[in-house]
Amino acid sequence: MDFGLTNDQKMLQDQVRKFADAELAPVAAEIDKSGEFPWANLKKMAQLGLLGVVVPEKYGGSGFDFVSLAIAIEEISRACATTGVIVAVNNSLTTFPILQFSSEEQKSKYLPLLCSGKKIGAFGLTEPDAGSDVVSLESTARLEGDHYVLNGTKRFSTNAGEAGIFIVFAYTNKEMKHKGISAFVVERDTPGFSLGNHEDLMGIRATANCELIFEDAKIPKENLIGKEGDGFKICMSTLDVSRIDIGAQAVGIAQSALDESVKYSKERKAFGQPICNFEMIQSMLAEMATQIQAARLLVYYAGYCKDTGMTRFSRESAMSKYYASDIAVDVTRKAVQIHGGYGYSKDYIVERLYRDAKILELYEGTSEIQKIVIARELIR
Amino acid sequence: MDLIVCIKRVPQTAEAEVKIDGSGKDIVKDRLTFDMNEADSYALEEAILLKEKSGGNITAVSLGSAEAEDTLRIALAKGADSAIRIKLEDFGELDGFKTAALIREAIKDIKFDAILTGCMSTDDSYYQVGPTLAEMLGIPHATLVSKIEVADQKAHVHRELEGGLIEHLEMSLPAVFAVQTGINEPRYASLIAIRRAAGKEIKVIGKEEISSEAKLNSTLEELFIPPVGERAEILTGTPDEVSKRTAEIIKEKGLI
Amino acid sequence: MILEKRHDDFRAKLREFTEGEVAPRAPELDKKDEFPWDLVKRMAELDLMAIYVPREYGGAGLDSLHYAIAVEEIGRVCGSTGIFLAAHASLGVFPVYYAGNEEQKKKWLIPMARGEKIGSFGLTEPDAGSDAAATKTTAVRKGDKYLVNGVKRFITSGSIADVIVFTATDDPSKGYHGISAFVVEKGTPGFTYGKDEDKLGLRGSITSELIFEDCEIPESNLLGKEGDGFKIFMETLDGGRISIGALALGIAQGALDAAVKFTKANKKSGKPIYKLQSTQSTIAEMATEIEAARLLVYQAAALKDAGMPYLKEAAMAKYYASTIGTKVANLAIDIHGMYGVTLDFPVERFIRDEKLMEIGEGTSEIQKIVIARQILGK
Repeated sequence: MDFGLTNDQKMLQDQVRKFADAELAPVAAEIDKSGEFPWANLKKMAQLGLLGVVVPEKYGGSGFDFVSLAIAIEEISRACATTGVIVAVNNSLTTFPILQFSSEEQKSKYLPLLCSGKKIGAFGLTEPDAGSDVVSLESTARLEGDHYVLNGTKRFSTNAGEAGIFIVFAYTNKEMKHKGISAFVVERDTPGFSLGNHEDLMGIRATANCELIFEDAKIPKENLIGKEGDGFKICMSTLDVSRIDIGAQAVGIAQSALDESVKYSKERKAFGQPICNFEMIQSMLAEMATQIQAARLLVYYAGYCKDTGMTRFSRESAMSKYYASDIAVDVTRKAVQIHGGYGYSKDYIVERLYRDAKILELYEGTSEIQKIVIARELIR
Repeated sequence: MDLIVCIKRVPQTAEAEVKIDGSGKDIVKDRLTFDMNEADSYALEEAILLKEKSGGNITAVSLGSAEAEDTLRIALAKGADSAIRIKLEDFGELDGFKTAALIREAIKDIKFDAILTGCMSTDDSYYQVGPTLAEMLGIPHATLVSKIEVADQKAHVHRELEGGLIEHLEMSLPAVFAVQTGINEPRYASLIAIRRAAGKEIKVIGKEEISSEAKLNSTLEELFIPPVGERAEILTGTPDEVSKRTAEIIKEKGLI
Repeated sequence: MILEKRHDDFRAKLREFTEGEVAPRAPELDKKDEFPWDLVKRMAELDLMAIYVPREYGGAGLDSLHYAIAVEEIGRVCGSTGIFLAAHASLGVFPVYYAGNEEQKKKWLIPMARGEKIGSFGLTEPDAGSDAAATKTTAVRKGDKYLVNGVKRFITSGSIADVIVFTATDDPSKGYHGISAFVVEKGTPGFTYGKDEDKLGLRGSITSELIFEDCEIPESNLLGKEGDGFKIFMETLDGGRISIGALALGIAQGALDAAVKFTKANKKSGKPIYKLQSTQSTIAEMATEIEAARLLVYQAAALKDAGMPYLKEAAMAKYYASTIGTKVANLAIDIHGMYGVTLDFPVERFIRDEKLMEIGEGTSEIQKIVIARQILGK
């Protein structure tokens, strides 16, 4: 791995950082407060090509690599974690499986819509009784003529309330266990598909996290991704990629917490001097900075493994997600601590960061699941 | 309309703790971040807007170290067509006059209708390069430019004056415009444009290509941080005590 | 770990040496407090004594990343041999390479790089550890000589070294401005040794007290100019942090490897240990933190090789790798249960060896202050 960024990665980082500072950061508190899906942010990001970072130009994307996508997600999340995860879901949970596994026809049909922001993507995997344990899915899809008939309920789907295109997993053959799961592209206006309960979340509050309800929903046969029974494989390789971006989101949130803490510790005085002069504060800042740098390197490294065509990078991806989310929770906690009582107040950004960080340890595979993935690869 | 934009890569010192280095003539730059000079980014955007209206080519020029190529590449991604770096390392100490002379030499074979610069750079704050370059080239210039419109080989420009006044000038082309910040809203480069610009070649010219013996008009003696607050007195106590003491001081100084 | 192919190849070749020759010696070096003269000879033959030094000065002509990998790989099997190499190459060799003139390089650098002479570094004193500006050892100029008086403590390889770089001041009240760096050769009159330390770990390495009593050092032994000492040892420690980070990393990897092996070979309540989720959780934490430490260490080395600032990154690498290193070694013992504290398994040695990494060449507290100053821009 090259520890330096390439020219285009450096430029991407520079421009996305400036964009995020000027356009996203100023509205982040309001978005958190209102819980309104940030369409205005997405329109601007679509123009810059941030909604299809790794999608080739011919499908309307920007043609970058996965390290670049991670850099972009980190910078966006540093300014607004809600926007960060919306973009991550659109990029890695929606465009990626289509790009990697769908037919040419489906790619040409759906990718330009997702890259331009005309439609936003969502991912329907988790169910009321099946989260990280994919084999326990209860949703089913049976072929009837030129349609699949889809039944089931999906929960905790980020973007779902506002999305136009969904990747949905269901059993086409329950007996075959994980080899009987299939993946579909589902459009919002599909008959028999409706939205259920809207989740009221502690953090990343404007992500339109919603329940999906399928009651004899008719999915055109050609919207099957890959072949019947490919669903598990598609799900796992999609999560390998998307976990890198959750790692990147975590790094962004943690970096923001550090930046705020550095700023505050220079301004805030106690016992006649700025608190940054105290070794206890310095010790916390140093720990935070070290943890963030370690997490960032793990994220870049996982992205690098994907970019260099390593077929298996589940371990690296799981490490980046597990570690970055773990330290993001710790770093935001320390940031609140450094801010003292003010850190508990909505007048300071760290209050939001502390809430935004917690879900990182939960979605796209809990930390416990990541650890099982990591251990399994080591002990094989 | 063919345009040249002068761009400088400058350290971001607004929020950093600036220290003087061992030479006493420069600041410690190890851990500072660098970026395109603010006014120059407005000049670049104005050039791109002019090009979008009337076509033509934009050449971005920077006198800087190798890292300035990163800044030039951003200019290419935003809309410049070609870029030239003048090797800072070949020319030693600089002032506004010498900088203008070197830029003049670097662009001598390029056809242009206008040169846009930022009105000042945030590091040296000379306000000189634009006007000096215009004088060297024998063409008109305007400073503190807040609007540019071009029609029939004439430019109509606005200049921002003190007291909220605007001066409207008609100028013949070619000319030099030293642009004020706020004249437009600089864009962000799209990812596709970034990827295309990343591989573009930047022309680098040094002392082999620039024969002129550009000289300094002034030499830097010392850079220092003035001692602070010698005449300030911090008043402490209750609001009543502080206001009483304030009134006494004003009386003592004969101000009322 | 993916690096460039040349780094991977280098590691693969090294493993033949570390697995075949170093690992079998490690337990007895520890038990018998034996210094590995045989392994030093082999490292010299394999061109490992000054990996990053150019060939013209007797080194291997490779980069700091190769060097970090070497220390990591040796540390993975034997901390004592690892600390010897780190002290020789980073602390003995580096200041002469960095600040020595051509004559000094010919006289000391080349033989050290070839492994004909052993190098060491005398900085710490009884009352000046991480706070190096408090140096009390004095060097007073007398004609073309310096008269040196003082005591240095905790000096790795001190009493066996042929070439020792040390710091002294011409006036303790001048703080770091007064510090200069000198070379003292073994056998110089007035230069003697106190007792070697009896230590918790790294027992196959030698830690000495150096005593200067009216010791005359010729002016040709001054590195750089008078007063350059602070700059020289700061630069030396910056690079030294990378090697201690690499050593901490290597020991941690050794502990993880031992733990994984144990979980595969043993059962608990009739179930292979590795199948227990509690074990998997521990193994995953260990592996993730080691990978993070590895990336920090390699990044610092890569920045140094690229000629970019690496002070903050080196401090992070050293602080982080040693912190997680002791944690990982401790967890490795937990996985072994009672077996972990017996001398039948290597993990009790790993935790004893690893503990020094949090202390030597600047404690974790000092590293954190270095990092904080960098991010606060102070």
